[in-house]
Amino acid sequence: MAEKPRLKLPKEAAKGEIIQIKTLVSHVMESGQRKDAQGKPIPRKIINKFTCEFNGKPVFSCTLEPAISANPYIQFDARIDEAGTFKFAWTDDDGSVITAEEKISLKA
Amino acid sequence: MLSRCIGLAVAIAAAVSVATCASAQEAERKGIPAPPGHVFKTIISGYQFRSKETRALQDDDLENPGFLAVERAADAWKKVEGSEGKSCMTCHGEAETSMKGVGAAMPKWDDKLKKPVNLEQRINICRSEHMKAEPWKFKSRELTDMTTFVRYQSHGMPVAVKTDGPMSPWFERGKQTYYTRYGQLDLACASCHERNNGKFMRADFLSQGQTNGFPTYRLRDQRLVPLHERFEGCMFDVRAEPFKPLSDEFLALELYVAWRGIGLPVETPSVRN
Repeated sequence: MAEKPRLKLPKEAAKGEIIQIKTLVSHVMESGQRKDAQGKPIPRKIINKFTCEFNGKPVFSCTLEPAISANPYIQFDARIDEAGTFKFAWTDDDGSVITAEEKISLKA
Repeated sequence: MLSRCIGLAVAIAAAVSVATCASAQEAERKGIPAPPGHVFKTIISGYQFRSKETRALQDDDLENPGFLAVERAADAWKKVEGSEGKSCMTCHGEAETSMKGVGAAMPKWDDKLKKPVNLEQRINICRSEHMKAEPWKFKSRELTDMTTFVRYQSHGMPVAVKTDGPMSPWFERGKQTYYTRYGQLDLACASCHERNNGKFMRADFLSQGQTNGFPTYRLRDQRLVPLHERFEGCMFDVRAEPFKPLSDEFLALELYVAWRGIGLPVETPSVRN
């Protein structure tokens, strides 16, 4: 049930400009601490890692912990020195990875 | 002794700051003039009763988790289902134009069924009659997503339900339900949302109980909650036996409560605690 994550960043930026990147991904983020109606623990299922790369170079990454609520929203800034492609990856506990890409060009 | 005095002084200062904080928010709550015959002078959206952070979450289309549902349903809108080989799009075309204002006017009178139907029912009537597909279950993600999507097309438009003509007995019935006390706690809708709105209930402000934001993303549930589920929740909270979702009782109540918020902008998908 991989869904398209939501991304918001400008299509183009001036050289050296600092842009804001907003990401939101749909995920249950089950903490593993809860029990179901029968009293059995619900297995943990969270996104444990988020990474962002620009032209192959790492820009931002973080590990996520069980207390984070569903549909995690991550926002960060990046400085743009050249045109290129942002690659985003959310790694699930079960090993599956949700990926997304977004291109950005330099203002003429 | 001295330290105790200081402790007390701090406690008083804290209490004062909480009080000023609450009244400051009260002062900045904006409403619109109520329709004639309304008990309130101004009607205020539930949005105004939420914290600054929650309001910011609703205002930003990207941060608002309700928009995940809007995007999912935008895909479902184009998906062909059922034996007729139709999708929503086949009959209605682009939702952005054909569904504009539809959600704001629900529930609406249905000539065939001789009763009002709300948005969830309307979607399922379309599915079973025109698409010959399985109707979605109430509370299912698909139905709530689609309801949110259709209602989102009326975003910012004023709530405009019709309560005259054949709707008037339903309106009266809804009004009666609104003022009837239910459950062990012996409370009516009016006990909280009419007489005590703006006051704290546990850690949250009681709103006027408007429907303009539904289906609403509840932070507590971490998902979108349709209106009738919220009705059920309220009845459960006063320890009553809730009516069934999409029942005639709730439909009448939906009509009446929608009228109470007539003119408020549709906020779907809104974010609430």
